[in-house]
Amino acid sequence: MVATVLGVTNATKRFGGLVAVNNLSFEVRQNEVMGIIGPNGSGKTTMMNLISGALRLSEGSISLDGRFISSLKANQINQRGISRTFQLVRVLPGLSVTENCMAGMVFGHRRLWGDQARYEAGKLLERVGLSGQAAAAVGSLTYIDQKRLELARALASNPRVLLLDEWLAGLNPTELQEGIDLIRSLREEGITIILVEHVMDAIRSLCDRCIVMAAGAKIAEGSPDEVLSDPEVVKVYIGEDV
Amino acid sequence: MSHRSDIKSLIWGAILLLLAACVPLVANGYWMSIALTIAMFTVLATSWALFSGPTHYISLATAAFFGVGGYLVGTGMSDYNMGFWPMVAIAPIVGAVLAFLIGIATLRLSGVYFVIFTLGLAEMIRTLVSWIQNNFTGSRGLYVLTDLTEADIYIYLVILAAAVYLAGWWVNRSRLGFALRIIGNDETVARHVGINTATSKVILFTFSGFVAALVGALIAPRYTYIEPNGVFSPELSFIVVIMALLGGTGRLWGPIVGVIPFALLQEFINANYSNYSTLVMGIAFLVIVYFLPKGVVGRIEQALATRRRSTW
Repeated sequence: MVATVLGVTNATKRFGGLVAVNNLSFEVRQNEVMGIIGPNGSGKTTMMNLISGALRLSEGSISLDGRFISSLKANQINQRGISRTFQLVRVLPGLSVTENCMAGMVFGHRRLWGDQARYEAGKLLERVGLSGQAAAAVGSLTYIDQKRLELARALASNPRVLLLDEWLAGLNPTELQEGIDLIRSLREEGITIILVEHVMDAIRSLCDRCIVMAAGAKIAEGSPDEVLSDPEVVKVYIGEDV
Repeated sequence: MSHRSDIKSLIWGAILLLLAACVPLVANGYWMSIALTIAMFTVLATSWALFSGPTHYISLATAAFFGVGGYLVGTGMSDYNMGFWPMVAIAPIVGAVLAFLIGIATLRLSGVYFVIFTLGLAEMIRTLVSWIQNNFTGSRGLYVLTDLTEADIYIYLVILAAAVYLAGWWVNRSRLGFALRIIGNDETVARHVGINTATSKVILFTFSGFVAALVGALIAPRYTYIEPNGVFSPELSFIVVIMALLGGTGRLWGPIVGVIPFALLQEFINANYSNYSTLVMGIAFLVIVYFLPKGVVGRIEQALATRRRSTW
């Protein structure tokens, strides 16, 4: 039995009368790639925001390595070893490409500074395929390169758990394959990954397990093939009477 | 940044400060007075920009801290028979505590809400001090009588400016400075890369409050007679912002590039067309927003970058 890294227990998030996440529980094991899928508005990103500390839980708890993190702030959660990318890319336009990457390793789970941080940033940029762009202006990067940069920043803290919120969305087929390979190589390094994704090819080829959300609740859990053939899941995705 | 360029900029800074310290040797009374105004606004605008430059939080509370400094010296010397120097020691501590409390209270505000809050707060403190004075301490004005000359005060302010530049130089090279730049770019990202945004912001805001109160205290003898509506004047906050933005807040030495021409312009306007000083301030605001959004320094650097590219 592999150890549980991240545990979510009865997580509930209400925005006024709207229940965005409803009594959700799941566990993510060491070195696993866990997918969160579901139709738009089913609460996937809210769930990511709850884990990263961007939002506070209304009820329930979240733990990392058996210690509760759900009362911590986003910066403290990052220091414990959870880092993330954002659904809508958030690079830092006023900083250089290298500084964007360094931003992830100075204050978080890993705290480097100075020449060492600069050196590590260079290595990471190469890793995500941005080595030629280190001197470029962030604003001039293409969409895929901005996504790469955001991933480099998330990896810079040497996280235990990496949250990828639709990181593969909007990529062309070649880029998608590169992206999938990159994520797979991260997993081989021992990072535990939770990804929210709509790209089914990516889900099938990357995820060990998936949970399916609909209207804030978990409606299925299992291997990608299992959940995608579940009649309940087919119903929420495509509608009844198929 | 390499160590060599660090040392080079320190040496340049030291040379310029020494030159600035020589001004009283050559200036007559009129120019000494202008130099004092420039020194005062240099310190205020530079310390303001240490916080507001990287974070883009525009604070209009400078007058509150400056006023607290000046008022404390006034009331200490007139009402409580304290010496000038003990009050100069107390004033910045009170300013820092006040800035710390304001910082904590305004952490959740951003953008225009922060601007309005700081402006409102400065006005509130002014009214409060006036009210306390009218109702409890009797007199409305306070005398600050010392035997300090304008040249003496000027030297003190140059020394303070040196300290502020040194602090800013240190902050810019530190993790704290890096954190502030990230906060200014995207506060959500800042939190998610492990930055305690609240602490970083409050440290710098407190520092700028400390410095502004110290300036207010040091310069009090110049006015001889301290009155709340004078030292807490909101115009001061606006002028500090205009000067810093005119010069540019992207560099430590940016604000002084705005302070010197603006102070001279203001002196000229006050001497010749004193009715129009507010108009000039408004026009200056427009010019900065339209033509110099990154200040004179930003514009110069932009021009240099284009030239470098075209000569390739």
